[in-house]
Amino acid sequence: MFAFFGKRILILTATLLLVSGMIFLVLKVIPGDPAQIILGVQATPENLKELRHKLGLDLPLTVQYWNWLSALVRGDFGRSITYDVPISALIASRLTVTIPLAILSIFFAVVLSVPLGIYAATHRNQPGDYGVMVFSQIGLAIPAFWAGILLILFFAVHLQWFSAGGFKSWTETPLGALKSLLLPALSLGLIRAAVLARLTRSCMLEALGEDYIRTARSKGLAEKIVVYKHALRNALIPVVTIIGLQMGELLAGAIVIENVFNLPGLGRLVFLAIGQRDLPVVQGVSLLIAFFIVIVNFGVDVLYGVVDPRIRLGDGKELRG
Amino acid sequence: MRRAFRNMNLVVGGILVMAIVVTAFLSVFYTPHDPNRMNLSKRFQPPGPANFLGTDQYGRDILSRVMKGAVNSLVVGWVAVGIGMGFGVLLGSLAAYWRGWKDEGVMRLADVLYGFPAVLSAILVTSSFGPGIINSMVAIGIFNIPIFARLTRGASLSVWQRDYVTSARAIGQTNKAIIWRTILPNTLSPLIVQGTVQLAIAILAEAALSYLGLGTQPPHASWGRMLAEAQTFMEISPRLAIFPGLAIAVAVLGFNLLGDGLRDLLDPKLTEARR
Repeated sequence: MFAFFGKRILILTATLLLVSGMIFLVLKVIPGDPAQIILGVQATPENLKELRHKLGLDLPLTVQYWNWLSALVRGDFGRSITYDVPISALIASRLTVTIPLAILSIFFAVVLSVPLGIYAATHRNQPGDYGVMVFSQIGLAIPAFWAGILLILFFAVHLQWFSAGGFKSWTETPLGALKSLLLPALSLGLIRAAVLARLTRSCMLEALGEDYIRTARSKGLAEKIVVYKHALRNALIPVVTIIGLQMGELLAGAIVIENVFNLPGLGRLVFLAIGQRDLPVVQGVSLLIAFFIVIVNFGVDVLYGVVDPRIRLGDGKELRG
Repeated sequence: MRRAFRNMNLVVGGILVMAIVVTAFLSVFYTPHDPNRMNLSKRFQPPGPANFLGTDQYGRDILSRVMKGAVNSLVVGWVAVGIGMGFGVLLGSLAAYWRGWKDEGVMRLADVLYGFPAVLSAILVTSSFGPGIINSMVAIGIFNIPIFARLTRGASLSVWQRDYVTSARAIGQTNKAIIWRTILPNTLSPLIVQGTVQLAIAILAEAALSYLGLGTQPPHASWGRMLAEAQTFMEISPRLAIFPGLAIAVAVLGFNLLGDGLRDLLDPKLTEARR
């Protein structure tokens, strides 16, 4: 048990170091001097030298990386070049848009996909099943941002039920804020639903073929109880795992969707930062998303080890043949 | 019926992919109009005999631009998947051959890259090295490397255990020859299937990057870019937002179905297990 956790934590630490090192390096090798960007074209060589020294840019790369890393551990992401405020404060304020957006889109995805998946599995090889599979294939083929544009066309331009973009603050009007997140969340959720409906279907089919289902049926239980209480509970385990693992993709999808709907979230922040060459912000947000993904993966890995001893015991031994 | 449905993936996917490839190929030699030629007197024309899908905000022919966009998407997709497959297969087969700490090291590196969503890694690369078609190909390609590395390693590991590899060793073949002549040919079918699926993902990623203005640059036609421009004029001409999106959906659907169909064809056991 200790060996399993020890190894996993060692791997996690190494992975986090590798990720941070890669992001640090990628943004270090790029052309353009941050001091020049801050001071503009009018800067004198003396001013530039002074600012480079102040920012620690004249230090060796390894020292810069160490300084950056130790500041990160303290929750200090640095300062934004454009806004001249701490990046952690910028990120915190943007998360009030991105996190509700992610949660709402998962909600839409689950509400749409699980019933569809169950229906398809219980009506296998019937027209309804094919209908769900066709929906799933089409959903997989549509880019989320195009789904967003189509939703704007229909609900904002044609029906005029929603505004085509923008965000109302939570403190001013909570309902208005929620309303401005509905269409973006739906466009992200629809695409996720396509993946999850397919997965729910196959997991349900697998669960419905198990011996305990035959036992439940032979006991004379009602079909509804067999499907929802016995099969669905077991089928949902991998579905929930995949939802967790897809959080990273969801955040990446949010970068694009927030731009479609002009939402002031993390995605919009990083996108504008790219245009403004505000690299500390790009670095901070990318790192946050990457760390989030790595930690979620680690959590799933460890949880599996706890739930299923075979994974823990078989760890590393299966390939030694 | 089920078998027919399964084959239908291959047939429908094949037809859709063929249609996109033929369109792209045709557009190199012929488009109804010059896709970049502006004509401000013919802005926002509805579909008609002169312009089959109408014109955009600069009076450019939409059909010609959608056709040219196909070349762009396919080239970016193929090059990106090529980069991913080239490096991924090399790393994966070497890791399976090395085993031990070198294998562990390569695979951990793959895990790090694997966790990165395509769009995010592409945004990082294009924001660092500047927007453009070459950088977006490289960015999407890098994201593909760990996928092919993991796949090749997994498939190679099981092939290394086979009796015919032992026989090849016994007759004195070198490790290099065994990898080239025995291991790689036996890992080809999952690679082809995955390659097809990755093409669909690469097309989606390219469209997203171009939509954000980080991929293909104007005036070159790209489906994502066309959608970004269409959004500005959505109230005047909603049509503009339809055709490029449809083109992306058809291409991605085609490659996804083709991938599913190929999987059924090349690896029936896997499909049976999946169902």
